[in-house]
Amino acid sequence: VSNSGRNEQEWHRRRFLEVASVALLAGACSRPNRGDLRVWAMGREGEELARLLPEFQQRHGQVGIELQQIPWSAAHERLLTAFVAGALPDVCQLGNTWIPEFAALDALEPLDARLRSSTAIAATDYYPGIWDTNVVAGRTLGVPWYVDTRLLFYRRDLLEQAGYDHAPSSWDDWRRALGAVKLRAGADRYAILLPLAEAEPLLALALQQRADLLRDGGRFGDFAAPAFRRALDFYREMFERGWAPIGDSRFVNLWASFDEGDFACFISGPWNLGELDRRLSPAHRDAWTTAPLPGPDGPGVSTAGGASLVLFRSDRPHPLAWPLVEYLSEPAVQARFHRLTGDLPPRRGAWADATLAGDPRTQAFRDQLERVVPAPKVPEWEQIAAEMQGAVERIIRGQVSVDRGVDGLDRRVDAMLEKRRWMLARAAAR
Amino acid sequence: MSGARTSSLAGWLFAAPALFVVAMFFLLPVGAGLALSLTDFDLYALADLRNLRFVALDNYRALLGARDFWVALGNTLYFVLVGVPLSIGLALGAALLLHSTHVGRRRRAVFRAALFAPVVTSLVAVAVVWRYLFQTRYGLVNQALGAIGVGPIDWLGDRAWAMPTIILLAVWKNYGFNVVIFLAGLNLIPTELYDAARLDGASARQRLVHLTLPLLRPTLLLVGILTTAGYFQLFAEPYVMTQGGPARSTVSVLYFMYEQGFRWWNLGTASAVALLLFALIFAVTWTMTRAARGLREEV
Repeated sequence: VSNSGRNEQEWHRRRFLEVASVALLAGACSRPNRGDLRVWAMGREGEELARLLPEFQQRHGQVGIELQQIPWSAAHERLLTAFVAGALPDVCQLGNTWIPEFAALDALEPLDARLRSSTAIAATDYYPGIWDTNVVAGRTLGVPWYVDTRLLFYRRDLLEQAGYDHAPSSWDDWRRALGAVKLRAGADRYAILLPLAEAEPLLALALQQRADLLRDGGRFGDFAAPAFRRALDFYREMFERGWAPIGDSRFVNLWASFDEGDFACFISGPWNLGELDRRLSPAHRDAWTTAPLPGPDGPGVSTAGGASLVLFRSDRPHPLAWPLVEYLSEPAVQARFHRLTGDLPPRRGAWADATLAGDPRTQAFRDQLERVVPAPKVPEWEQIAAEMQGAVERIIRGQVSVDRGVDGLDRRVDAMLEKRRWMLARAAAR
Repeated sequence: MSGARTSSLAGWLFAAPALFVVAMFFLLPVGAGLALSLTDFDLYALADLRNLRFVALDNYRALLGARDFWVALGNTLYFVLVGVPLSIGLALGAALLLHSTHVGRRRRAVFRAALFAPVVTSLVAVAVVWRYLFQTRYGLVNQALGAIGVGPIDWLGDRAWAMPTIILLAVWKNYGFNVVIFLAGLNLIPTELYDAARLDGASARQRLVHLTLPLLRPTLLLVGILTTAGYFQLFAEPYVMTQGGPARSTVSVLYFMYEQGFRWWNLGTASAVALLLFALIFAVTWTMTRAARGLREEV
């Protein structure tokens, strides 16, 4: 009796605390001064953005800015709950794969009219593939802030030892190089690391084959189509020939393994420029470099990732919201932002900056950025990409045949898109 | 008559705050969850409620046909079937040791505090330390194993080892709580019974089997139900240690629900998962209670 009594007491006490804390939170979250510009940014960008704001505030009569830094892991949830609560900020950083989702919520302010009269932002100065990720159904909903694409990081010394003094530029070239490196590396070292938990490398290969991934205007999955199958076959070949390890858990510390030559190349994004510089042993600090992703016949395309600046729809838009986007898009400010974060700027004008123009490893990104292609722009895309990654992992591990694997993937993706089909049909009927 | 009515009214008034809290924080959410699970509430419905459709049992049907759901259920059952007996067995053993007369009162308090410490530490902080301990190359565990000639194990990266590691963490983190309950149960057993048994010539093993365990049955049932219900709701451990990986080998039902609800925003599906899990826990704990009652009637 005493036991259950205590439990009950404890239970009530906890409920009371919950109610009390909700009430307290509600008090603490009361709206800021109306004059303040509310800005949200994620992760490291959120930290460094604070340093760029004083100059903007100076130009605009010391306008108050309420900057919130949100960890990436919580960002998506935070934004959606803020949408429900009607508490979205004026200006926000948004991963460009999230734009279709917030477009579906009709939460984003179309920017086309503002862009037409803007002197600070010229769409033509931006890399077209990156700009395209911000255009949904003919409306521009964001301005690219920084970019992220995937390309080849490789150990020059290991390729040279295998007889290659240049980076491969086509798939056949790449095949020969990987084969030669693997031959020299022996049984427990590899030519390339392709973590099975990552969807991007295969996605890039599929985009190179001009795979649509979805068909009928994003109504159905298209993974059984020949274009995706060609990319998947090449991806599988890299595992089947032993060029890439299937159990990649041994290489949890990517940098240490790369340093020790456990694999000669991997496909990754700009953040690894800084990481490799810091983490590789002095002996190998100059032994690595980057190259654009090889394509089926000659330099290929890659993914168009990154983040954009968006304005959320509001009954009372803040007059300085758009000027802040323009300010952060100025080439000089973008160059400063690059020096602070290492993020790569999305417009060609900013790449003239000395720190960016001087580094050959970064230049490979500049080259690649001219050839980037967005993933399908449907709100369900992230879930589809995760499903694709899971299905491909089972195929590579031999748990399911290729034919059954892609058919099953198409079927599950079709189910995910059922609501979208219904929405589109209803819109068409109106 | 009117006196009775007044007193019953007074009773309701006294109960009202508690009833209100129960209705507000238990009945209402459960009812809302049930209603939600019969709809396809998702991102589109979030944008505009006119995009919400009533789908009856479609969510449940889809779940029962979804490979990922069964994988999550399988992982959860694995965790429960291994974790619960391990947790209870260890706790019972530790409690019996602590309760034995050889341990002084002072030392007993120290041990009890030490065993209880993991229960009250923050899981996130614990997880950080454990990730270091179980790191493949530099982790203390593999170094110790290496010293006795056992090759390195990729604890969190290998599909076969990730769940055992999670079980180890959960058992270590939680069994101190059961120890304390067992100790309380053991203290309720009158010492005269042991004296009498000893006089009758019962060995230590006989005293344990025929005296301690039967008298501890209510406590065992309580601990069993609490632990089972708690372990079915595995979430935080994989969330902070493995994010469900590698190859979804540590995705639990609750983790699957979190993904559906807060990653993909399929709140209808997520609610259906929640209710299925509720039904499962209810069925299992009800069976346990019935089985225990049957046992008592036999005796």
